Amino acid sequence: MKDLNTVDLSARIGALTFKNPIMPASGTFSEDLADVFDLDVLGAHVLKTIMRGTRAGNPTPRVCDMPSGMLNAIGIPSKGIDYFRDEMLPFWAGFKAPLVVSISAHSYDEFARLCAEVSLEGVAAIEANISCPNIEANGNAFAMRPDTTHEVITRLRAETNLPLWAKLTPNTGEPAEVARAAEAAGADAVVVANTMLGMSIDIENRRPRLGNVMGGMSGPAIKPIALRMTYQCANAVDIPVIGCGGISTRDDVLEFLMAGARAVQIGTATFQSPTVMACLITELGDWMTEHSIRSLDEIIGAIEAPQVGVFE
Amino acid sequence: MTHLPNVISVPVPQGLRPRCCEATCRVVSNTPVNGEYRLLTLEAPTEVLDCQPGQFFQLLCPAPLGEQPFLRRPMSIYGYDKAAGRLEFLYKVTGAGTRGLATLDAGDAFNVLGPLGQGFSMPDAWQHLMLVARGVGLATLAPLARMAQEKGRKMTAICSARRPELAMSVALFESYGAEVVVVHDQDGSSTPEALRPFIEARIEAGQVNAFYTCGSSRLLRLLQDLGARHDIPGEIAMEQQMACGLGMCQACVRSFRVGERVIQRRVCREGPVFSISEAM
Repeated sequence: MKDLNTVDLSARIGALTFKNPIMPASGTFSEDLADVFDLDVLGAHVLKTIMRGTRAGNPTPRVCDMPSGMLNAIGIPSKGIDYFRDEMLPFWAGFKAPLVVSISAHSYDEFARLCAEVSLEGVAAIEANISCPNIEANGNAFAMRPDTTHEVITRLRAETNLPLWAKLTPNTGEPAEVARAAEAAGADAVVVANTMLGMSIDIENRRPRLGNVMGGMSGPAIKPIALRMTYQCANAVDIPVIGCGGISTRDDVLEFLMAGARAVQIGTATFQSPTVMACLITELGDWMTEHSIRSLDEIIGAIEAPQVGVFE
Repeated sequence: MTHLPNVISVPVPQGLRPRCCEATCRVVSNTPVNGEYRLLTLEAPTEVLDCQPGQFFQLLCPAPLGEQPFLRRPMSIYGYDKAAGRLEFLYKVTGAGTRGLATLDAGDAFNVLGPLGQGFSMPDAWQHLMLVARGVGLATLAPLARMAQEKGRKMTAICSARRPELAMSVALFESYGAEVVVVHDQDGSSTPEALRPFIEARIEAGQVNAFYTCGSSRLLRLLQDLGARHDIPGEIAMEQQMACGLGMCQACVRSFRVGERVIQRRVCREGPVFSISEAM
């Protein structure tokens, strides 16, 4: 029997239960963060996207600073599947937090093959990065359209019995349809969303500020967009939605939960303050205690209709 | 920023000491040094003061009027003193981040993350050192010169600048016992062609066991060539645009020549100090 005075931060994503709803966003987390705090305080660990082969990544500059955010075009440098299985998986086995492995590929066949290869003991879930805007020509990605989303998730579903999450893109005009396509194809959750495709130019030398010309915008500047998409997707599908995009503060976490997210991923905020995820877990618990809320179920999707003005 | 705790205290796995931490410092002073550079002196908690020469901090720069620097700015350590609780950065105002730094006043709170990266090494065989740096690279080598003095090493410091009055830290290097040679662009003494015979004369006199450099790719190429010809090792502190400073984002990679291969390394994690012979 649970102590009724204790706040329960646990978050359920399908068959998985995490001890709290705070986890890193793929690409903003690595073993290096263990130098700063105990990574086992996190609800889950989400690794940077791996691809089957080795890749060098994009030319520098790979990041540029923006008001309230940043652009990146890292290009998924990858040491490949063998390095993941032989080096990374044993390292992460030393932690208690469930391990979520992010994968990506340029083609359906390669994606499906990698999905089968990473379905290993010690992996709690697979996050399919079907939205990274840097890897396909002109920033195109599977998650831009419902039909390509359905096709790729169907192929991945056939290759694994592990929980399968689809990481969606904000670079689409039909987020609800894409989320429904992922659900229909057998995804166990959707992560909403990845970075927003953007660009910046240094006017003095007339050069793009990223080596890759275009890149993904992240940080507080895109939070309203990610929150809106989280709300749209949570209303469109029955599978869990994991919110992601510009979340930096306790209030941001609560907004995403109220919009319908069952858990959240923290990315760019960790670059500003590497301890932010550990702080958010504590602050979320304190807020729930202050508001006499004992479980996340009392918050998730719990928003009221807007208080609308009346014009006479 | 919402998260500005004094010194972050979060659980750390048993046996693993945090290598770096996020801390709020107090500005002691922030004053111009010459026409281009400013010295920021901080009162810092001891948790961040186990530094090595060549390491850096990620600074959360305040927003100057009309601009919003978002990412932290990497800055090499100019001076540190654990006993006195002091941390110093020497910087040139060049962009939104350093314009923000210039707005700091005595008494202000200022958030830093560090110390980060791998510092300079100084094996026992390196008894007679030659430091060659240009511009703000001189700031990076200042704590190295102090370490060399503490270890009783002999030092020659070649300080390169556009104009003689911009050569920083000459008195500081001299106070650490270095023989200082100022070279500059106005009389042409700073070109690799002018420096080469000077350095070679020192090498032939047996006065150079190792090079240290920072701040100029032309100086790097000169020292690579001299190092290869005369079998003299050395280290360089390098720069690259960064986001996280911890190694997670992989933004700050550079290419290095290792044997026959060209590999990428993260400046923030495997560096910022690298072998001169492998740098590109």
